[in-house]
Amino acid sequence: MIEVRLFATFREGRDKISYLEPQGYHTAAEIIHYFRIADDEVAICLINGRHSKLDSSVKDGDVIALFPPVGGG
Amino acid sequence: MTTAYNGKMARINLTTGEIKVEQLNMELAKKFIGGRGLGTKMLYDEGIATVDPLSEANKLIYITGAMTGTKAPTTGRYMVVTKSPLTGMIACSNSGGIWGAKLKYAGWDAIIVEGKSEKPVYINVVDDKIELLSAECLVGMQSEEIDGELKKLHQDCSVLNIGPAGEHLSLLAAIMNDKDRAAGRSGVGAVMGSKNLKAISVSASKSSIDSFDPEALKEITKSSTQLIRENGVTGSGLPTYGTAVLVNIVNNIGSFPTKNWQESYYEDADSTSGEALKEKFLVKQSFCHRCPIGCGRVVNMNGQVVGGPEYEPLWAYGGNCGINDLNAINEANYWCNEYGMDAISTPCTIAAAMELYQKGYIKEEECEGIPLVWGDPKVIIEWTKRMGEAKIPLAKLMADGSYRLCEYYGHPEISMSVKKQEMPAYDARGIQGIGITYATSNRGGCHVRGYMISPEVLGLPQALDRTETENKALWAKIFQDLTSVIDSMGMCLFTSFALGAPEYAKLLNAGTGTNYSPEELLLVGERIYNIERLFNKAAGMKPEDDCLPKRLIEEPITNSFSEGQVSQIAITLPQYYKERGWENAFPTKETLERLDLL
Repeated sequence: MIEVRLFATFREGRDKISYLEPQGYHTAAEIIHYFRIADDEVAICLINGRHSKLDSSVKDGDVIALFPPVGGG
Repeated sequence: MTTAYNGKMARINLTTGEIKVEQLNMELAKKFIGGRGLGTKMLYDEGIATVDPLSEANKLIYITGAMTGTKAPTTGRYMVVTKSPLTGMIACSNSGGIWGAKLKYAGWDAIIVEGKSEKPVYINVVDDKIELLSAECLVGMQSEEIDGELKKLHQDCSVLNIGPAGEHLSLLAAIMNDKDRAAGRSGVGAVMGSKNLKAISVSASKSSIDSFDPEALKEITKSSTQLIRENGVTGSGLPTYGTAVLVNIVNNIGSFPTKNWQESYYEDADSTSGEALKEKFLVKQSFCHRCPIGCGRVVNMNGQVVGGPEYEPLWAYGGNCGINDLNAINEANYWCNEYGMDAISTPCTIAAAMELYQKGYIKEEECEGIPLVWGDPKVIIEWTKRMGEAKIPLAKLMADGSYRLCEYYGHPEISMSVKKQEMPAYDARGIQGIGITYATSNRGGCHVRGYMISPEVLGLPQALDRTETENKALWAKIFQDLTSVIDSMGMCLFTSFALGAPEYAKLLNAGTGTNYSPEELLLVGERIYNIERLFNKAAGMKPEDDCLPKRLIEEPITNSFSEGQVSQIAITLPQYYKERGWENAFPTKETLERLDLL
């Protein structure tokens, strides 16, 4: 399974955590499209804690964390 | 020439009661801008580096930024510059609210406080009149109550004060203003307490300040504010969730220090996040003076509406103490403000005490009925109050910070501090650049002196691989220099998510009549960073003080997405010194010549 964690406004109308069957998802972009999130809405895409581009490949067991633009200090 | 400076400051001697009006040195103002830069230069020139920080000889400089009080965005800020009793080096604590702008509207750029009053006093500023009044009636009061009492006596005033922690000379004592804003770090409240100065109230009949080129300032203010509003972070993320939105990001890269940095991933982080705060406790946003962002939180705490925690105390009371009870964190944060203590160092000291207890160095009988166990909400609330009261022996020790506490128990390595000041909420093992900021910060462990989290975690203004060391030294230097400028202008660091050196140069030029290019402005920032370092050198800083705790260098992260990582500070520190033009942690003669500091 691929674990997908959504944060901040991405949680509006969506589950905080989802588990997707790995078949049919080759890239992070395909996963965000499943959640009806546009590419340009994603500010930070983490795959197993590492900042990744949306065309990065994903595989069974990965944890994907997605954030809109946020910051602080 | 009309500019955003008043050109005037007050020198108040609490020993003699003498109040003198002095002209601001405009040549120095141009070279060091104001706020942090000018305040540090003034303190350095007055020979304060070598004095005992809690003696009568130390001085407190309350200084506005060059742009404080103007129409530019986020310009309510002021700085407290003094010699820190916590670090023994430069202290420069920055706060928002409106107090800074009121001081400027009253006609002053700065107040220098010297000496020591025999009895508790407060300073009352009403436009150009300044008086010293008895503060006997305020002794023992907490922050919010002092604010209320002084507002009854001086209508429409803004209040800065110390709570009981400052009176007890806790080395973690903050200076609070406008109820819950804090010049929090480096023990500046203890210096105020050592002088028997309880508060400064400021009233002003004006509500604006002149500028050199009002039309140009209006234009650049409009375009800068638009950039801030359109930026995803300052226009949406911070207003909606506050700084606490960082909890989940930093946790999900495995760099969220947990249980006093023994771990770097907190399973329950989401229950203490900005998202959870918004869902369960948020009443409304709060705004500092002329702020279009509104990152502040107002929360419901057991039916009482109070200032809510920012990211740092949420982390420090939360994951760092193993606490997942957000209501308890709100409450502990509230008491921290009320007693007037640093909301980073106070909970971090509790976390260090918890590790000392976990390892058997602190005994149960020393805990007087509240054992310092991880995860117990009662611990963070009650030990915060105990530290504020400083009555029982262990709480007295804790009130002077984690370094002195851990040293007392023979284990200084358990203190997660740099230059004896606690580090904030980002594990420098998983984020290499922030480690450079921590190690080289002139005021000790601190993230807002060069916020490398911006490129390394948030990808702003461009994404850098957080695990790499390449080019991090140069980035850290540029961030430190730009931050020195922003702090000296009296603007909020959060504007830098949307603005860059070109916007800051235009704002400063329109406000003060300087003609700085962005590059020249960064050079001024570099000068400011170096004058702080010269102060520290004179104060006795050693090259080995630019370091990180052993844990970050020798103990790899074990439980998270950053598994196996340690800080590479041994590689990046020499690179940083090379970028700075420093040898053995201090500027070379050539560097000082280049920066016009000889």
